[in-house]
Amino acid sequence: MNITEERALPWRAELRNSMKAKERTDIPRVEMPAQDPKVRCTNNEEVNYGLTAEKAMQEAKRCLDCANPTCMEGCPVGIYIPKFIKHIEKGEFLEAAKTLKETSALPAVCGRVCPQEKQCEAKCVHLKMKKESVAIGHLERFAADYERESGNISIPVVAEPNGMKIAVVGSGPAGLSFAGDMAKMGYDVTVFEALHEIGGVLKYGIPEFRLPNAFVDVEIDNLRAIGVKFITNCIIGRTITIEELKADGFKGVFVGSGAGLPRFMNIKGENLVGVMSSNEYLTRVNLMDAASPDSDTPVFLGKKVAVIGGGNTAMDSVRTAKRLGADRAIIAYRRSEEEMPARLEEVHHAKEEGIEFMTLRNPIEFIGNDQGRVTHMVLQVMELGEPDASGRRSPVEVPGKTETIEIDEAIVSVGVSPNPLIPQSVMGLEITKWGTIVVDNDTMQSAVPIVFAGGDIVRGGATVILAMGDGRKAAAAMDKWIKQGLS
Amino acid sequence: MFEVEAPLIAKSRKAGHFVMVKVGEKGERIPLTIADADLAKGTITLVVQKMGVSSSKLCNLAEGEFITDMVGPLGKATHIEKFGTVVCACGGVGTAPMMPIVAALKKAGNRVITVLAARNKDLIILEEQMQELSDEVIVMTDDGSYGVKGLVTNGVESVIQREKVDLCVTIGPAIMMKFVSLLTKKYEVPTLASLNTIMVDGTGMCGACRVSVGGKTRFVCIDGPEFDAHQVDFDEMLMRLGGYRDIEREDMEKMKCASGVN
Repeated sequence: MNITEERALPWRAELRNSMKAKERTDIPRVEMPAQDPKVRCTNNEEVNYGLTAEKAMQEAKRCLDCANPTCMEGCPVGIYIPKFIKHIEKGEFLEAAKTLKETSALPAVCGRVCPQEKQCEAKCVHLKMKKESVAIGHLERFAADYERESGNISIPVVAEPNGMKIAVVGSGPAGLSFAGDMAKMGYDVTVFEALHEIGGVLKYGIPEFRLPNAFVDVEIDNLRAIGVKFITNCIIGRTITIEELKADGFKGVFVGSGAGLPRFMNIKGENLVGVMSSNEYLTRVNLMDAASPDSDTPVFLGKKVAVIGGGNTAMDSVRTAKRLGADRAIIAYRRSEEEMPARLEEVHHAKEEGIEFMTLRNPIEFIGNDQGRVTHMVLQVMELGEPDASGRRSPVEVPGKTETIEIDEAIVSVGVSPNPLIPQSVMGLEITKWGTIVVDNDTMQSAVPIVFAGGDIVRGGATVILAMGDGRKAAAAMDKWIKQGLS
Repeated sequence: MFEVEAPLIAKSRKAGHFVMVKVGEKGERIPLTIADADLAKGTITLVVQKMGVSSSKLCNLAEGEFITDMVGPLGKATHIEKFGTVVCACGGVGTAPMMPIVAALKKAGNRVITVLAARNKDLIILEEQMQELSDEVIVMTDDGSYGVKGLVTNGVESVIQREKVDLCVTIGPAIMMKFVSLLTKKYEVPTLASLNTIMVDGTGMCGACRVSVGGKTRFVCIDGPEFDAHQVDFDEMLMRLGGYRDIEREDMEKMKCASGVN
């Protein structure tokens, strides 16, 4: 059934006609209940509580069940948005969760970390009527959480096993999404992870207060339930080569090895003790649990922490620092708040938690003491000039205007380059000057036919959901490619 | 010294590679350079000296116990070719990762002179194996309890003054490599140093291992671990290595208290 036929089903039509469109659009958008900012910045528990069933059903009424659901165009994995929302409106929460899982391997994750305001919600018809969009992200989270908490977790329908082995490199969002789709099509999927934990950025990067690890584990268990196997501590290209995989009967390899080396600003004092990348800081705290007393991994607990950057990773770092006892936790960003790439909700939450925003400030030097520990940061004051290649107004120096602030820890969060391990160790791949793997845009197939790739290793630096979209696209294309080879 | 069962790593490792090792669920990930591998047994050899919490936990493992997590081989393999005469200068446990390099250099037709250095006789390791692999072994101890009294640099200098040296390779504590590098720079002998910086993931993600080489920031886990020693900013590296010393000291105290050792 296509989406038009689904929409025409009697239950949908009846539901749609049970209320006037005007009545629906007049309902104010639901507000996500959250922990008190003063309390939450002293704990590591999730900020948002999630919607109650009542609130979710009320919010679901706002959706007009459009004939041409533009929201779906905004979703990289093509979730059947009106369908799942209408199930919620009817109180069929488990059906809603099932609908999500038809196209998304990680609904509880996406409902929490997707930048909905730039994707599905940005295309919601309500915006055209100068109303707030339907809270699609909150509803997605509700349905996924409801299913998990009900203990009644549905297992997607899996095709008859076809006995063909597929390898996935990296267990982050791209790899998990790919693995889920391939397993559903009957392939024998093994995911190889370099680290000792499964989940990639969902585990080492995104903090507990935004995405609890336990929920990620549930999604991973769901993949296990449809036959996906996981091997940790194994680096494809190093521990096992692609040739060895081939010899072992693997028919296809999907590389979702993710982000790699952090970018630095190449300014004076950047290698001082106490200056580190957000990857290092978050990996220590999230993956290695360094802030807990029984962990062997150390982490600096700065009192005056500056985080440089304006993305989600910067927000995650600065809010983590606040939770680990910083008196001052500062965002230093070279553009203005309007240009910040972070999700709106993260910026909003950060402000509520007392994070200081120093915008139009660009670090030009770190100063240290005689032990090499960072003590100060020099900031160049900026102003906005003409729009640059990214379409955002570019920051320009205000000549001679600088500020020096006292800090004891600096976290550099200005982006990452793709993980260099695979590009370095797999022969025949075409690599861009940025270190990303070149793939066909439609199929995600690389110059080495057996190798497909997606996520940050192809995009440089993107979001969880874009990586998942790549995984889905690659799965469909690889399935086609393998079957063509067989015929 | 550990022999760890890891058939896949044993098969794929080359001289210069390292592994990341973690002991216990709440353990730290630490890099260790591979000293040897036995393909038939499917094992690799690691040599560890008790220094801080993590190395102590590893050393406290008894035969037959498991290392919780291990991954590799990582880093770039040593570039091996026929250079001519090569001096391999190693200090303390740095001797272990030097072993496969000495073996590979020898196999490529080089004349290999190994300088083994330690504080005293008890800390000199793998001498027999090195004697077997190298053309000549010079043993140096700080206190003169064995071999020649003096530092590793005295041993290296004696060779350079005696004959033409085409390459020097050095592995050991950062401070030792710094002085070997200063010495060979004076004599204009090209030198490689295998750096042992702090790492978290070890797979090219965190950037904790960064060092300045020739004024540029490089990553030991991906670009290294070996670099042109004359370009390495050893003072900065020493400063960064000391970054967690205070926290490490507290943790050691805690561990000692917990195990009842004083």
